[in-house]
Amino acid sequence: MVNIDNEYILTEITNQFGDKVYSSYEPYGLLTIEFDKNSIKDLLSFLYNHQELQMQFLTDVCGTHYPDVKGKEIGVIYHIHSLINNVRLRVKCYMPIENPSIDSATFLFSSANWQERETFDFYGVNFVGHPNLKRILNADEMDYFPMRKEYPLEDGTRTDKDDSYFGR
Amino acid sequence: MSDIKIAQTPPSIEGPGFQATSLDKIIGLARANSLWPLPFATSCCGIEFMATMGSNYDLARFGSERISFSPRQADVLLVAGTISKKMGPVLKQVYLQMAEPRWVIAIGACASSGGVFDTYSVLQGIDKVIPVDVYVPGCPPRPEQIIDGILKLQEIVKNESLRRRNSDEYKALLGSYGIQ
Repeated sequence: MVNIDNEYILTEITNQFGDKVYSSYEPYGLLTIEFDKNSIKDLLSFLYNHQELQMQFLTDVCGTHYPDVKGKEIGVIYHIHSLINNVRLRVKCYMPIENPSIDSATFLFSSANWQERETFDFYGVNFVGHPNLKRILNADEMDYFPMRKEYPLEDGTRTDKDDSYFGR
Repeated sequence: MSDIKIAQTPPSIEGPGFQATSLDKIIGLARANSLWPLPFATSCCGIEFMATMGSNYDLARFGSERISFSPRQADVLLVAGTISKKMGPVLKQVYLQMAEPRWVIAIGACASSGGVFDTYSVLQGIDKVIPVDVYVPGCPPRPEQIIDGILKLQEIVKNESLRRRNSDEYKALLGSYGIQ
């Protein structure tokens, strides 16, 4: 029985994928790696089928937008969990805003269906291979991705609001 | 002596065996004191509305005993809570299903103006999609304020001309919301 801790997980991933792991750190003890976005399917499958780790629960998929980081504006963050070992891992994949596309995780996790649709809805990430990639929470006729930092947060149709009451 | 108050008779000419008054006033009196509310409650203002209907505040005292959960039998639409843009067409559909004469009360800051939710997903006041008669401020308003709003609406109903719903102004108002 091996001791499954962050060091072990990182060693296993690095041995398998080598320089596709761009960086790693442990904020508040949660192992976080930045990973090659083109190999995300391989990584998720590897962790899912690993004899010891068995990371078979996808806690969350979400998006980020950092407009100042050129070439890596849009991020997709995966939180995966091993229920057997009670260890977690966070995987960050970054991509340029001109072509934010990444392989869908729905081939492995059914729960990724909703979460990827939501990420598409708010950040416009194109999940290649998703069975039904369309808006899920916002109005269908919305023509932009509201959580990207390209748009004012305030609503354009407001008529009776004074900015000073909103701390702006 | 009972302390139950009975609605005042409108100004009229009375004599032995007859009473003459204005039809507008009689019908307004009847409508105002038997408004059937349709609650459209989406958040905390809806909880305040439930308290308003409960025994402590008892909206039934003002003639709104019967909550109508069908828009077709309702007189007044009480919109209590945040309305998202996605819900806007649903709210409009409910309003369209109500029969004339119909009134609307916007309860709370969100229904009146979007409230603190000055953001992309929230409708900035229900008056963007349907006409509103009375606005009740507060976040959320206390039941007393909701009752005050209903009493304000009763004043509107009492003094409304029977011809108002056929007037060009009213049709223009509905037309501005795309309602025929």
